[in-house]
Amino acid sequence: MNSPSAIINKILTFSAVDGPGNRLVVFFQGCNLACLNCHNPYTMGRCNDCGDCIPHCPQQALSMDDTGTVRWDADLCSQCDTCLSVCTFSASPKTLRYSVSELLDVVQDNTPFISGITLSGGEATTQLPFILAFLTALRTNPATAALSCLVDSNGLLGKTAWQQLLPLVDGVMLDIKAWHTDQHKAITGSHNHRVKASLDQLIRSKKLAELRFLLIPSVTDFDPPPDDLLLMLRGLSPETPIRINGFQHHGVVGAAAFWPPAQSDDISRFQQVLHSAGLLNVKIPVHTEKMSLPFR
Amino acid sequence: MTLIQDRLLSIATDPLLSFKQKSRQFALSADEQLPYLSLSDGLSTALESRVVCDMFEGHAPFKPRYVLPDYALFLKQGSCYLELPPADTLDEALTYLGILYHHVPSVTDLPVFLGHIDRLLLPYIDDVSDAQLYQKLKLFWIQLDRTLPDAFVHANIGPEDNRIARAILAIEAELKQTVPNLTFMYDPAITSDDLLRAVTDTLCQCNKPHIANNPLHEAQFTDTGFGIVSCYNALSLGGGANTLVRLNLRKVAEQSDSLEDFFAHQLPRYSDLMFELIEARTDFLHNRSGFFNSFLVSEGLIHEDRFSPMWGVFGLAQAVNHLGSLANKQGSYGNSEWHNALAPRISQALSDIVTETFVTFGYKNRALLHSQAGISTDSEETPGTRIPYGEEPDIISHVKIAASHHAYYPSGISDVLQLDQTVVDNPESVFQLCKGALQIGMREFTVNIAHQDLVRVTGFMIKRSDIEKLQAEGSRSNTAALGVEAVEKTGILNRRPRVVSDELTVSDYQ
Repeated sequence: MNSPSAIINKILTFSAVDGPGNRLVVFFQGCNLACLNCHNPYTMGRCNDCGDCIPHCPQQALSMDDTGTVRWDADLCSQCDTCLSVCTFSASPKTLRYSVSELLDVVQDNTPFISGITLSGGEATTQLPFILAFLTALRTNPATAALSCLVDSNGLLGKTAWQQLLPLVDGVMLDIKAWHTDQHKAITGSHNHRVKASLDQLIRSKKLAELRFLLIPSVTDFDPPPDDLLLMLRGLSPETPIRINGFQHHGVVGAAAFWPPAQSDDISRFQQVLHSAGLLNVKIPVHTEKMSLPFR
Repeated sequence: MTLIQDRLLSIATDPLLSFKQKSRQFALSADEQLPYLSLSDGLSTALESRVVCDMFEGHAPFKPRYVLPDYALFLKQGSCYLELPPADTLDEALTYLGILYHHVPSVTDLPVFLGHIDRLLLPYIDDVSDAQLYQKLKLFWIQLDRTLPDAFVHANIGPEDNRIARAILAIEAELKQTVPNLTFMYDPAITSDDLLRAVTDTLCQCNKPHIANNPLHEAQFTDTGFGIVSCYNALSLGGGANTLVRLNLRKVAEQSDSLEDFFAHQLPRYSDLMFELIEARTDFLHNRSGFFNSFLVSEGLIHEDRFSPMWGVFGLAQAVNHLGSLANKQGSYGNSEWHNALAPRISQALSDIVTETFVTFGYKNRALLHSQAGISTDSEETPGTRIPYGEEPDIISHVKIAASHHAYYPSGISDVLQLDQTVVDNPESVFQLCKGALQIGMREFTVNIAHQDLVRVTGFMIKRSDIEKLQAEGSRSNTAALGVEAVEKTGILNRRPRVVSDELTVSDYQ
């Protein structure tokens, strides 16, 4: 039988920010949005084996094999990311292909350390057949059955697909990139009718694990909130987990590098909006002080 | 003036030292005037080139390096020497302990072990309310920090859940003091998840306590019990360490022509010198100094035969990398399978040597292998078996590599797991990490969360705020200066926090 395999950009074995407790996070390669503010744009596309990056690699870690496929040698790679910067498809040659059982092995190797797993990306749901097969295997394996499973999503998945996926997961963390469809389109390249439909579906099926707003001052239309956003917020249960993320420049390329980063005041103002809407469970970015020490 | 007079005068007139710190510097300078113990030429050369190091215990060792008195016995029987009756109340117990601490020596002059505080005090708290207990322990903790100003001073709590352990965790989070250093003993058969969560919650606020794997340590000290003292040394209760000497594995590797030469010739050769130094130092302490005539011995609080020499190693990372280059292997320790597999082979070879070699003065006539957490002037070697700062792989791989050594180091092997500040929002992640680390056989470890005021140096703590103050006005803490030196020379602030997401942090632009 031909079992599905996945293209994976990266696996993190420790993350404190992708759900409760420590998560093993699988970043799937490929996304169906093209957000200008994406802080890992090299996860958007999938490598088309054009080979343009090969001569640029200073470590000769990239090559073309006999079948015309770009190969990446992890041992030679110095992670300088030159290949990512020269790729014209927002893809990465440094991806790995995993079968269901290979990915299950990775999870099993780390079970003592993790509370659960989070499927992220890119957009994990663009590899739906794989994640359905993987989650089914995870749920039926006694060593991993108790792990909680979350999906991090942009909400573009269709209703029937959610109906297949939701029974296998504990919840979905949904990103709201903008509220009005024009603004959403300006930032992500797509309208957001499906995102709002997904939000409804997740609430109704009690699988909304977290609702995330990425705040970009003067770009996102959350502050001041439009009336229909306020209406949606007031309709949420007060305990709904909400996270405000603040836009920062790390990893961002192109026009968005000139957008203003979110500052504490921006965060607090929107936090106030959410509190006024009756929401009690709002997480905000941790404030880090710029390190200053008397030594060089 | 002679050189020594110059040195003494500069101590006497140092504007940044307190009078007590001056007295101690005077004493150390006086000891240095004595001729060194009699050693072979080979050992003298190895000491001068610091392949073998004596850890600044002086030329005439008149006290053990670390002492772990049986404080429970002391509270139960009182002390003739100190003219104290048995303790009856919590106030008496706290006062009497505070007295005895001033009679327990160590290499630093101050006690490095304060006891299993919760177990010690439990018999005295039946009539004490939670609020009273908190207030009394808090004052006790403040007194310890102000009167024993040395971050090697170390208390233990756990593995049982009790009101004292809970109160101390809360007090730590409130006071955020460098003293005492604190270890929580974790035992999966005894410690509830709820208590471990209280521990990791406290960790998220002040980078304390250190966590030790109780059953692993206990198995090593079945007859005597044990305590964790100073910078993470596990030693017999009612005994301690008579000396600590350490071997610079980087330099041993650099003397070697090949892997084979390292294992077959250089390691055994320098190990012999380590044992010679141990014999010389312990001979003076046990046979000549008269230390074991102390009331601590006659009142049964310590036993001469429970003292062991600690056989320390450091710079394993550099040794492995050097041996790798001799064998033409790419990569480095922490990031290559070949290197990560060689490292525990060295630990095992060391363990075989130490467990098979007789020492005259040692519990069961053996020294105890120790992964030495470094000193503030080690600029070219990484502490013990640790991965060099800044080169650590992801945290789980880091833990797995570290754990591959832990079975070989009965007297302690510590590692600092550096985490990004975003975990503070999710203490459950720290809980899960700790649980996993303990489950796969870490003997002990410490978690250091970036950007907190309390910072781990080699194992002891300093306050970030003290670093700046020290240079301007000196410090009442004896360890602050060591911390500053370590920051300057050993790159402790380069430890790589595992960063998770920039969008989850905000740092305002000025």
